[in-house]
Amino acid sequence: MNNIALAARPASFDVDALRRQFPVLSRLVRGKPLVYLDNAASAQRPNAVIDAVNDYERHHHANIHRGVHTLSQEATALYESARDKMVDFIHARSRNEIIFVRGTTEAINLVAQSYARPLLQPGDEILITHLEHHANIVPWQMVCEQTGATLVVAPIDARGEVHFDAVAALMSPRTRLLACAHVSNALGTVLPVRRLIAAARARGIVTLIDGAQAVSHMDVDVQALDCDFYAFSGHKMYGPTGVGVLYGREQLLERMPPWQSGGEMILSVTFAKTTYNGLPNKFEAGTPNISGVVGLGAALDFLQGLDREAAHAHETALLERASAALSRIPELRIVGTAPDKASLVSFVVAGVHPHDLGTILDEDGIAIRTGHHCAMPVMEFFALPATARASFAFYNTFEEIDRLAAGVERARKIFA
Amino acid sequence: MELNELYRDVILDHNRKPRNFGGLEPADASVEGFNPMCGDRLTVRLRLADDTISDIRFEGQGCAISTASASLMTEAVKGKTRAEALQLFDRVHQLLTDDAATGADELGKLAALSGVREYPARVKCASLCWHTLASALRSANPQALPAVSTE
Repeated sequence: MNNIALAARPASFDVDALRRQFPVLSRLVRGKPLVYLDNAASAQRPNAVIDAVNDYERHHHANIHRGVHTLSQEATALYESARDKMVDFIHARSRNEIIFVRGTTEAINLVAQSYARPLLQPGDEILITHLEHHANIVPWQMVCEQTGATLVVAPIDARGEVHFDAVAALMSPRTRLLACAHVSNALGTVLPVRRLIAAARARGIVTLIDGAQAVSHMDVDVQALDCDFYAFSGHKMYGPTGVGVLYGREQLLERMPPWQSGGEMILSVTFAKTTYNGLPNKFEAGTPNISGVVGLGAALDFLQGLDREAAHAHETALLERASAALSRIPELRIVGTAPDKASLVSFVVAGVHPHDLGTILDEDGIAIRTGHHCAMPVMEFFALPATARASFAFYNTFEEIDRLAAGVERARKIFA
Repeated sequence: MELNELYRDVILDHNRKPRNFGGLEPADASVEGFNPMCGDRLTVRLRLADDTISDIRFEGQGCAISTASASLMTEAVKGKTRAEALQLFDRVHQLLTDDAATGADELGKLAALSGVREYPARVKCASLCWHTLASALRSANPQALPAVSTE
């Protein structure tokens, strides 16, 4: 482990200093120091985000794009500067390609209803994979019901891996859209999205990538990926809840009708005709989550200020440490063992139901997720009702992983 | 709150060796209970002789709390009339949710479930089987039932 420890902690990456920027990490839970290992559900916020939201609420709040008064102009500037930061962060071409939404779920629904629904004909196909989150399954099922299109599901293997060939083989002349995760929330599997997108593009298939679990673990460059849509949530990348992003290729967004209608998305309204606003406002009807967007902008500044390469290396070391420590526990099985994984471990322990394990770990101050992770088809594939999932962020430590392993051992003793 | 208040020996024992576990053919009522939040799933089957539960069995998969609660429930309601079983449900429900609940002593082994009320996220684990039983009793004879108090 020493080699990993040395590799993971270059001088530029000081986990303890980083942890001090996240106030919640110093609290006690049930009398023990919190060990927060539920980052894939929602990551914690650094002071930079908390302070930015606080400062906005205290000093700058007004409705945006509406007023000539000072507060409205300040709020608008803060909101729109977050959009500029997002353009840089994911390497979009322009501000017109960044739509602020409530989160990944709303982003996917927007594409399903505004892009897919008007386009699809009976017999057309939407291609997804077996390890998608429900948010990347159900919106497509609804569109299929609405249009007569068919949902086609690419398989996974026993390691929870999605093979390029298996997906490519299902791309047919009727495939209109490929929608798949960048990283599986239930298993951590990283999908071969770059190759899949290239194969789809060669066949004229539009692509949507669910990046909810990816943006916090890797650098995402939507131009290098060459996807058409990329959806993600602010709260999984250390920002607030209730805000997320749909990246869309501008030519596609231009052609799509507004999804929701109301204020902000219009240029002019008479009772005879309404003229829609241009991008990106066309898709941002109503007063948005302004403070959430401001907080998300602060999260981007925070992430840009990190040595992200070192942070990712640390996360990889955490994954290796956790996989090794948990594998040593008798009767424990790691579910999802693809060679390329993000920093999370899904597992089951014979004789200990995940919910009991979750309660027992909580007693030790350790927060993990238990259940089906909104990916019931994945659970069905592995014939499991639920798993326990520990998901890591760059502020987690090796000591915390050791406490996790000790907690699992304790649970085994209770149920022995 | 200590973990051994939640995972008492009775609970661990009934989880390890659930009583009245398995199928029941023929049955007068068979109802499946499902907790979509956690994936717990169980089926309760029972036979009625006149108005009395003459036999009851369950099967399915769930956490220790849900398995033990179902096991304890089958032991407790066998031989009871439907009205008595539903009264018991009310009292167990109170035990699980109400800090001021009294009379736990009269509940016998079921009192072991009282630790659950310190863990609100787990109350549904313990009550799933009881809701399923109430539904089974209802389906066996919809007319003759008193109102079922659920959450």
